[in-house]
Amino acid sequence: MALSLSNPARRRLRVLGFLSPWLIGFSVFFLYPLIATVYFSFMHYNQIKEPTFVGLRNWRYVFEQMPLFGPALWNTLWLVVVMVALRVVFGLSLGLLITKLKSGVGLFRTAFYIPYLAPPVAATVAFVFLLNPGTGPVNEILSRVGIDAPTWFNDPNWAKPSLVMLSLWGIGDLMVIFMAALLDVPKEQYEAAELDGAGAWAKFRYVTWPSITPIVMFAVVTGVVQTMQYYTQALVAGKIASGVSIGPGSVIQPGYPDHSTLTVPQLVYSMGFQNFNTGAACVLSLVLFAIAMAVTMLLMRKRSGLLSAED
Amino acid sequence: MPRWRIRTRVPVALATAGLLLAGCANPSTGSADDDPTKPVTLKFWHGWAAPGEVKAINASIDRFEKLHPNIKVKATGNVTDATINQALRAGGGDSPDVVSSFTTNNVGQYCDSGMWVDLDPFMKKTGLDKKKTFPKTLLDYTSYEGTQCALPFLADAFGMYYNKDAFKEAGIKRPPRTMSEFKKAAAKLTVRSGKDSYRRVGFMPNFRLYQNSPDRLFAQWGPKYFDAEGKSNLANEPKTYDFYKTTNELIRAQGGYDDLEKFRSTFGDEMSSQNGFLTGKLAMHLDGEWRGLMLDDAKAKFDWGVAPLPVPDDQADTYGRGFITGTVLGIAHSSKRQNAAWELVRFLTANTNQVVDLANDIHNVPSTFAALKSPRLDADPRFRTFFKILESKHSTALPPSTNGGAYIVSLGDFSYSVEAGGKKNLRAELKKLDDQIDADNLQAEN
Repeated sequence: MALSLSNPARRRLRVLGFLSPWLIGFSVFFLYPLIATVYFSFMHYNQIKEPTFVGLRNWRYVFEQMPLFGPALWNTLWLVVVMVALRVVFGLSLGLLITKLKSGVGLFRTAFYIPYLAPPVAATVAFVFLLNPGTGPVNEILSRVGIDAPTWFNDPNWAKPSLVMLSLWGIGDLMVIFMAALLDVPKEQYEAAELDGAGAWAKFRYVTWPSITPIVMFAVVTGVVQTMQYYTQALVAGKIASGVSIGPGSVIQPGYPDHSTLTVPQLVYSMGFQNFNTGAACVLSLVLFAIAMAVTMLLMRKRSGLLSAED
Repeated sequence: MPRWRIRTRVPVALATAGLLLAGCANPSTGSADDDPTKPVTLKFWHGWAAPGEVKAINASIDRFEKLHPNIKVKATGNVTDATINQALRAGGGDSPDVVSSFTTNNVGQYCDSGMWVDLDPFMKKTGLDKKKTFPKTLLDYTSYEGTQCALPFLADAFGMYYNKDAFKEAGIKRPPRTMSEFKKAAAKLTVRSGKDSYRRVGFMPNFRLYQNSPDRLFAQWGPKYFDAEGKSNLANEPKTYDFYKTTNELIRAQGGYDDLEKFRSTFGDEMSSQNGFLTGKLAMHLDGEWRGLMLDDAKAKFDWGVAPLPVPDDQADTYGRGFITGTVLGIAHSSKRQNAAWELVRFLTANTNQVVDLANDIHNVPSTFAALKSPRLDADPRFRTFFKILESKHSTALPPSTNGGAYIVSLGDFSYSVEAGGKKNLRAELKKLDDQIDADNLQAEN
C-alpha cells in the first residue's frame, strides 16, 4: 500500500510519524481538555446528569454573582506579582552571595537548598505551628524582646505575606539555577570590565545581567505559571490556622482568614468538585488560562527587558 | 486543501469531539434486578475512623452477615462526603453499593441528582412503614421534595456541656436557660490570666470553634431559612438579627473577638486530649452527644453535666430544643446489587436491637421510635438529655436543598465576617447573601 502513495504523501506520513508522540500527548493532555473546558463552560453539568446548553449563564454567574471570584483573583495576582518578584530577587541574591563565598560554600548551599526538599504540606504545617499566635515560638520570642508580633496566618493582612515567607524559605530551586547561571558567566568579561574601571554595580549591570537574563526569564515565566496554580500551601495554611474541625461530613472551606488566602485554583476545585458546578469551574479555568497566557506573552516581548537581542 | 474537504472534516471533527464529550458525561447506572438471597459481596463506605467506632460498625456488619449468610460486606471507613460525591459521579465498577454521610446537609443534593436511589419502592416491597419507624424530623432530613433517598442511621442532637466545678467556683446554681442568663453566666465564668489572655472562657461563641458552625447555635432561634417559594429568607427573618446581636454580645461580654480568637488558637484538636473543654479552658461548650463518651474515656479532671442550650428570651417556652442532624444511609445509583444493598440498609437503620447496640457503643442518639423506648439503652442521664432534645417538638434540622449544604457554607462564611465586625450594614449584607444563595441554587438546579 505504501508503494502506491505519492512522494509528498509519503513525506507527510513520515513527518506525522515522527511528530506523533508529541501530537498524541498534545491532543490528549492539552487540546482535548481545553476543548472540553470551553464546551462545558456553556453547559449546565453536575457530573451526573446529561449536560444541557445554558449559553452564557455560567459566565454571567462567575462575573456577576460569585462574590468570591474578586478576592480570589486579587489574591492570585497579588501572589504572582509579590511572590514571584521576591523569589527571583532573593534567589538571585543568594546565588550571588554563595558564588562569592571563599569558604563554606557546600555548607551554605546545602543549608539553603534543604528546605526546598521538604514536602509542601509538611513545610506549611510546620510554618503555621511556628507562627501560631498563641503557642508558637516565634511570637513567644518576639514578645520577650518587646515586639508586639502580628498574628500571621490568622490575620487577613499578614496571611499572604506569611505565605511569601514560606516560599522564600524554600528558595533552594531558584538559588541553584541562578548559581549555575552565575558560574557560567565568562570570567574574561569581568576582567575586561575591571580593566575599564567598572565597579561592582557596573559589572553586575553590564556583564552579569545580560548573561543571566535568559535564566531570569525562565525563573519569572515558570514562577508566574506556578503561582497562577498556587493551591496546596494556601489551603493547608488556611485550614490549620483556622483550627476548624474537618470531619467526614464537612467541607474544607479555603481562604481563611477572611478570604485572604483564597486563590483561583482553590475556587476551581471548590466549584468543580465540591459544588459540582462544572460550568463555573470551567469558566474560572479559562480565565486563569487567559491571564497566564497574557502575562507570559507580555514577558516574552522583547521590550520587557528579559529577552536579549539574540532571542 | 480543497474546500469540500474542509467542509467535511470540520463537522466530522466536531461531531467526534461532541460524542467524546457526551461519552464522558455519562456515569454508569445501576439496577434493582438482583436476587438478595444469592451470594453477593457489597461494598459499604462509611465515615467512622476512631478505633472504637470502627470496632462498633464492624460488629454491626458481623451481626448482619450472621442474619444474611449469603451477603458479605466489604466496609471502608473514614470516607468523606466529598469522596462519595466524586466516586458516585465518576461511576465505575469499584464504586460503593451502600453509602453513608455524616451530615444531612447533602441529602437534598443526593436525592435531587438521583445519586442515591429512592428507597420508597424498597420499603414498600419489604413492608417497612417509615412513618411508624422513624421520627418525622429525621424522615424530613433524609428526603427531598418527596424522594426518600436516605434513612437515618442514628441521630445527633446538640446541647450544652458544662463544667460543674467552674459553675460552683463562679457561684452559678444551674445551667442558663435563656440568652440573657447565658450572657451573664458566660461573663461570670470567664477568668482572665493577663491583658489579652485567659485562664478560662465562659462560652466561646466563635463560629470556627469545633462544632460551633452558625447553623448549630442558630437552631436555638428556630429560623426559617427559605420562604414558601424556596428563596433564601435570611434578610427577612427577624431571628437572624437577634442571633447575630446575641453572639456579638457574648463576644463583647468575654473580652472581644481578637482576644477570644487568640485564645482559641491555643486549643488542641477537637478529638484530642487537648480539646478546649476537656482541658478546662471552656466552662460551657456546644457539642453533640458523642462528646460524653469521649470525656469519660479521657477521664476529665472535673465534674461535668449536660443541658439543652439556652433559647432566646422571647421564646422561653421552647427551652429543651436543639439542633438535630445525624448520619444517613443510602444506596448508590450505580449499584447493581440494590436489593441486597437494601437488606443492609434496612438492618442498619430499622432493626431495633442493632440500632440500640450501635447507639450504646458509639453514644449516638437512636433513630427509631422502638429503639428510643428500649430498656437496653444506656441509662446515663447525661446521655439521655440528648434523647429529650431529639424528641422536643421545637428541635430543628436543616432544610434540604438541591445545592446540598452550599447555603450553610455561605452562611458560615458570612457569619465569620459578622463576628469579626466586618458587616456594618447587616440588612443590606444579608440581602446580598440571600441573592448569592438563590443564584447558587439556580446554578445547581437540574
